[in-house]
Amino acid sequence: MSSPLISARGLTKKFDEFVAVDAIDFDVAKGESFGLLGPNGAGKSTTMRIIGATSQRTSGDLTILGMDPEKFGPQIRAHLGVVPQQDNLDMQLSVSENLYIYGRYFGLSRKFLKAKIEELLEFAQLEEKRDAKVESLSGGMKRRLTIARGLVSEPEILMLDEPTTGLDPQARHILWDRLFRLKEQGVTLIITTHFMDEAEQLCDRLVVMDKGKIMAEGSPAQLIKDYSTKEVLEIRFGSERNSEMANQLRDMCERIEELPDRILLYHEDGEVLLEQIYSAGLHPKTSLVRRSSLEDVFLRLTGRTLVD
Amino acid sequence: MSIVDKRRGSLEIIDSKKIISRGSLYVAQARLTAMFKWVWMILAIAVANPVLYLLSIGVGVGAFIDKSAGPAGIDGVKYLTFLAPALLATAAIQGAIDESVFPTLEGFNWWKNFFGMNATAISGNQIATGVFLASLVRVVGTVVIYWFVMLAFGALESSKAWLAIPTAVMAGVAFGSITQAIAGRLKDENVFFVIFNRFVMMPLFLFSGTFYPLSSMPGYLQWIGWISPLWHSTELGRYLTYGHAMTQSMAITHTVFLFSLLVIGFFSSRRVFTKRLAK
Repeated sequence: MSSPLISARGLTKKFDEFVAVDAIDFDVAKGESFGLLGPNGAGKSTTMRIIGATSQRTSGDLTILGMDPEKFGPQIRAHLGVVPQQDNLDMQLSVSENLYIYGRYFGLSRKFLKAKIEELLEFAQLEEKRDAKVESLSGGMKRRLTIARGLVSEPEILMLDEPTTGLDPQARHILWDRLFRLKEQGVTLIITTHFMDEAEQLCDRLVVMDKGKIMAEGSPAQLIKDYSTKEVLEIRFGSERNSEMANQLRDMCERIEELPDRILLYHEDGEVLLEQIYSAGLHPKTSLVRRSSLEDVFLRLTGRTLVD
Repeated sequence: MSIVDKRRGSLEIIDSKKIISRGSLYVAQARLTAMFKWVWMILAIAVANPVLYLLSIGVGVGAFIDKSAGPAGIDGVKYLTFLAPALLATAAIQGAIDESVFPTLEGFNWWKNFFGMNATAISGNQIATGVFLASLVRVVGTVVIYWFVMLAFGALESSKAWLAIPTAVMAGVAFGSITQAIAGRLKDENVFFVIFNRFVMMPLFLFSGTFYPLSSMPGYLQWIGWISPLWHSTELGRYLTYGHAMTQSMAITHTVFLFSLLVIGFFSSRRVFTKRLAK
């Protein structure tokens, strides 16, 4: 890895006695798409605010674009595009005015912004809403506008905190496509998400966070390889019998996770395992064989699901 | 996608030094753009407010008061002339509160757009200053309109009357900056408004020598006037618009009081904004 764009060592953030981020280390290279995966309250958004140079760390070292955010906050923020978890648009202004005014915060000229707004409206598919007040937009439209706004300054680092929450599946895929294109142009992406499909799609590398700590780090494929089997068999015997059956199945697979509504059996070949279960005279009500995902990695690392 | 193809990157197109020196103006521009949406409403209030107040109380109630006061008048002038400087300062204060408290509550509590601004190179200090500058524009506009309505009503008798414009503006933004700092700390604004309107604004309006000289109130209530920017501004306004008797030391006291309040409010709001955004 060439000299990292972002480098954190022992990064810690405390709110009184509560430790939101607990001595984490990570590097992000230029052009990389780096993800923070974890459940709500894992410390992802706090980490994002510290990287975003708006929240000061309690201890540890951090450099972004070679600068310490404690001393050079505005200089760093000038090169960040931030898409917060909660849209914070100016509700009194129209769609295009929101883009214009946000561009002005970066000192961009009227001439530059005039052309840029047209590009961004097309990007966000909001051309027909350019003069509409933000208050009148749907949730998905507001989200797309917030994302477009984050791009107005052509940032070196684009930070997206739960970017597709509230978007419909089609809009999510469109956004993923746009983010890929930006990545191809060398934009560094920092993404937090609790959707594992999103993390798998978008992130070159990610850290799994829980309770302020980094539990594991690697590419999605590597994490799945390291912490799970190739396939997972999900079976249901009915909630009252799952627990009893799980005990009988324990020796048939590498690992077993008992969830309230189903049992997860980790095995290199799910179909083979299912046949073994039927051969043993057990008949689950439903069964599903699927590939392991980051959800399984998370379950393995924390003993909890991402939506817990 | 054109957005991607034309990309030059922030390192090339952004000058962070420019943002550090002009950020407050960008925030003020944003506030004025939002304010402009209501410009006709703001102008209508700025004109209707003095016309209605001066007609109803200055001319209407004034007719009775002038009759009973006789040729000596109130403080040596017609009641309209006596009342007008107090209403001028009141309008300045009200305008400043509108443009400092509401944008601050929107920015921190309702829409959280201050957090969006602060995600750019704009600092908390610049946001506070930008909100202040925009409210200054509104207050200057309101006061100038009010002053011309006073002129039309014949309520300006001194050649120094134009100086009542800056003193009223100073009172407005001084009070506005204090309320901006308070609003910046509020997590639950509902209780604040109930207390503020009933126990701060109303007593200040009634007991700041607005409708009658402060000296005619019982001694135990006169302290309200002394801590009220409205009274200090009204006293200066009366001195400047019709020559109300005032010693030089009192003129200095009134000016220093208002200016101190302005400095305290301005720097407190910058500190409050920065601290709240840094959490």
